[in-house]
Amino acid sequence: MAKFEEGLRYSESHEYIRVKGEFGYIGISDYAQHALGNVVYVDMPDVDDEVTAGEEFGAVESVKAASDLISPVSGTVVEVNEALEDQPELLNEDAFANWIIKVQLSDPSELDNLMDVEAYKAHCEE
Amino acid sequence: MNRTLYGNLIFELSKKGRKGYSLPQDYDRTHTTAELPETLRRKEAARLPECDELTVVRHYTNLSHNNFGVNDGFYPLGSCTMKYNPVINEEIAGMKAFAGLHPLQPAVTCQGALEVYYNLQESLAELAGLSEFTLNPCAGAHGELTGLMVIRAYHESRKDAARTKVLIPDSAHGTNPASAAVCGLEVVEVKSLADGTVDVEHLRQLLDEMGSDVAAMMMTNPNTLGIFEPHVLEITEMVHKAGGLMYYDGANLNALLGECRPGDMGFDVMHINLHKTFSTPHGGGGPGSGPVGVRKGLEQFLPTPRVKKVIVNYDIPEDGPTEWEGFIIDWGQGDQEKPLGSVGNFFGNFGVMLKAYAYILSLGSENIKQVGPLATLNANYIKERLRDDYLLPIKGLCKHEVVFDGLVDKSTGVTTMDVAKRLLDYGYHAPTIYFPLLFHESLMIEPTENESKETIDAFIDVMHKIAEEAKTDPELVKTAPHNTPIGRVDDVLAAKQPVLTYWKSLENE
Amino acid sequence: MNYKYFPHTEEDLQEMLKATGSKSVHDLFADIPEAARFKRDYELPEALSETDLRLFFEQLTAPGNTQQLVCFAGAGCYDHYAPSVVQNLIQRSEFLTSYTPYQAEISQGTLHYIFEYQSMIAELTGMDIANASMYDGATATAEAAMMAWGNAKKANCVLVSETVDPKVRRVVETYAHFHGFPIKLVPAENGVLNRSALNKELAEGGVAGLIVQQPNYFGIVEDYTGIADSIHEQKGIFVVNANPSDLAILKTPAEWGADVAVGEGQSLGIPMTFGGPGVGYMACTEKLMRKLPGRIVGQTLDNRGQRAFVLTLQAREQHIRRQKATSNICSNQSLMALYVTIYLSLMGKEGLREVAEMSYAGAHSLRDKLIATGLFKDTFPGQPFFNEFCVDYDGDLDALLDECVVNGYLAGVKVGEKTLMLAVTERRSPEEIEELVDIIQQFKA
Repeated sequence: MAKFEEGLRYSESHEYIRVKGEFGYIGISDYAQHALGNVVYVDMPDVDDEVTAGEEFGAVESVKAASDLISPVSGTVVEVNEALEDQPELLNEDAFANWIIKVQLSDPSELDNLMDVEAYKAHCEE
Repeated sequence: MNRTLYGNLIFELSKKGRKGYSLPQDYDRTHTTAELPETLRRKEAARLPECDELTVVRHYTNLSHNNFGVNDGFYPLGSCTMKYNPVINEEIAGMKAFAGLHPLQPAVTCQGALEVYYNLQESLAELAGLSEFTLNPCAGAHGELTGLMVIRAYHESRKDAARTKVLIPDSAHGTNPASAAVCGLEVVEVKSLADGTVDVEHLRQLLDEMGSDVAAMMMTNPNTLGIFEPHVLEITEMVHKAGGLMYYDGANLNALLGECRPGDMGFDVMHINLHKTFSTPHGGGGPGSGPVGVRKGLEQFLPTPRVKKVIVNYDIPEDGPTEWEGFIIDWGQGDQEKPLGSVGNFFGNFGVMLKAYAYILSLGSENIKQVGPLATLNANYIKERLRDDYLLPIKGLCKHEVVFDGLVDKSTGVTTMDVAKRLLDYGYHAPTIYFPLLFHESLMIEPTENESKETIDAFIDVMHKIAEEAKTDPELVKTAPHNTPIGRVDDVLAAKQPVLTYWKSLENE
Repeated sequence: MNYKYFPHTEEDLQEMLKATGSKSVHDLFADIPEAARFKRDYELPEALSETDLRLFFEQLTAPGNTQQLVCFAGAGCYDHYAPSVVQNLIQRSEFLTSYTPYQAEISQGTLHYIFEYQSMIAELTGMDIANASMYDGATATAEAAMMAWGNAKKANCVLVSETVDPKVRRVVETYAHFHGFPIKLVPAENGVLNRSALNKELAEGGVAGLIVQQPNYFGIVEDYTGIADSIHEQKGIFVVNANPSDLAILKTPAEWGADVAVGEGQSLGIPMTFGGPGVGYMACTEKLMRKLPGRIVGQTLDNRGQRAFVLTLQAREQHIRRQKATSNICSNQSLMALYVTIYLSLMGKEGLREVAEMSYAGAHSLRDKLIATGLFKDTFPGQPFFNEFCVDYDGDLDALLDECVVNGYLAGVKVGEKTLMLAVTERRSPEEIEELVDIIQQFKA
């Protein structure tokens, strides 16, 4: 069974964002990593790249599938999780502990468009 | 097939000082490459293998023994039309006179080759019910791309270039949307109904919404489920009315040979896979050939070069007027506006065309008509005989291929992957699996017209046996194959730490 | 019925029809709308027996219809020698009649040789990795252009040197036009890339990549020193289209600093066959690995602990990514890659060098002899060339070429009103070179 974590905001395309001050840590949900299977590669943007809410910023690949990463918010990439370059399987081990990018939010009001954990749970059960 | 792995790489058989060639030694050595400035020369010699001739012969012969082809056994790989590749066609394509032709030699010196080329263009047009073909594209996906270019060039010529959307059923081969994207078009998916055919109402809705943006609709018919689209005439009419063109993906054309032509269904542009419908060998993945045909009125948008038949009138002083009928190559370098351009080095895979034309001549008009019906009979026979053990999601007539959704009995946990792998143990190539995406456990079987009732019966028996094993000894099936040179491979390792060359593998040691 | 490729007897038909609940095979098409049914016979010739079929093609290849010429033409297709073994092994039906190696367990033969091919291409070009092959050199170059465009974050064009084969350029331009990005031509001067024109383009910025050819279309070996750095400064991609046969001697694309190496592999053991099938190769740096189009074979282990090979990195491809794939390419030219692999296994390190030396020596000998006739001048004086070169003819070039054809010689390819381009491979003997020069001299006399 997939795990869900409280206190995060979720998107319909299964990304989560953990907000800390003006920054947000974006990753994929445990539900998403389950659906993908063994992750073999994470395609990440560069630091200083701009991301836009609703637009792709990278992709997660397993052997037989690939899923685009859609940014839940707009902002500037300030850090990427370099550990995923060599150990993409970290997403399978703990999707919530292993965020993919850290973004400086340009419009925190966008967070209101995302789901809380209860709404996201319901979304996954649809 | 040798069921033990011959695992060597040629590099591992190399020994300094051995050689596998002989070249003439008497040549003018006035000039050597040492004349070239050092900045233009490579620093270290390429580490190519050094092997004697017999070592090379045995190595590749042994490798071939770990391979399975149509000549080894039944190869029901759905959507790939693995028909018999006639031996005589290889003999013809290997004729020295063809093999030694340079593509830029004057047309008068290669009329025989151009005649084959031209006649194949004409034959395909007749078989497809279209006006003209180009043979330039090298494969099916290359044909799709070329066909979409033709469609865009047509819209551009009408100053209607804002048409950038292409409608594609969600059941389509992945190459359709990929070709559209390469051609700069935006893909809009058309939904399928539960029976796998195009949802005409959804199409109507899309055309209402965005009809004036639609460049084309791409369709495979029979579709990827092996089902003939019953509303095809209505669909082509609707799209034409909206100003779009209809593209026919010829991947499944084999089913229709003798019964139905794409041009007669209202398609404007199509490609044919010579390596499927016209029996040329798949060669482990290529070379193929993907000729593109167009209906009347679109010929001028085909890419160059084009092979044309011409009649030239001479006036020779002593003999008076003389007529010469022959073939020329139009390289498209004239003054006239060429809306499309070129899609390959020269004019396509001529070696493949020779085989396809030999096939057409061998069968002749009478036997070609049997191809679709016999392939379709074989597929329907398998459908009826396997539906007790394998889940048949679409019950009606199929065409040249049939799709099952895994085993009927899902309680054993045996998947389509397991069934496919177990088939390898029994000496069969697996069907296409997990495509189309409409079902979770797709198992797509295509028996071509060349397969005998005995071959098919034996395959059916094995499929039933595997269904039985799934109940009595599921582990046996889940851990298959057991009787092949290698077992299941670690795909995750391959993708996570890619080792793509021998040199990389040495670094890792 | 009763045709050699159809095994169905009347009895088989009846039994099978019965199982399907149909009366005739045509009933199986009852779901096709009447208006779309094809009811007449195809207007095609009647079936030919094997004897007649052979006769038909023998007539087409008779001297009046298809002429065998001693080939001094190149321009992207070369008449090289290939050991007899190559053609023989290619015909093994286990290779010939198989398809893409989806089922690794019964496709190790194909997967092994593709891995060998990738390794050989990587070694010849000096690049980190190679794919399992493309249709031909021109489309491989177009794929490289799209790769450059797709990789660029902010760019407004891909540059192509005017010294790239015009046929290849045309394919690149065609792909670019429809894919939706501009191609800018960087002009040539005395047969080589004009560096100040290139610098001007680079100064304007927004360059996604530059495509050059080596040896270039005219046979000249260009000096590309420093170009990679200036392209990389604006994060562009440097693409070198190189003839792999010449890479036995010439500086590798990797040594020039290329990010992507592409080209036509026909010169590595594949017969000319009127221009196809050949094989495109494509190699790149490890950094671009996941942007590479086409099939790729990788090494792994099976569940018995054996080294095994498998199609890998498939998440780039059309069957998974659909419209977001790196390319629409689905097939690869597997069998043609096998030609290359077996050829290179036989020729090896020394053989390929010898081929290069002989071709170089022959071309330079021919050029000297032509100049010595006094009828020709170097088109590009002073430029180093490999096994292909251009000369300007002082006279009616078309008439000269016709005269050569009459004497059984294809004297090259006309690339300008007065300009003839000739290629020499190791298959051209000193006697043939001598005879060509004689024919030319006698024609003038």
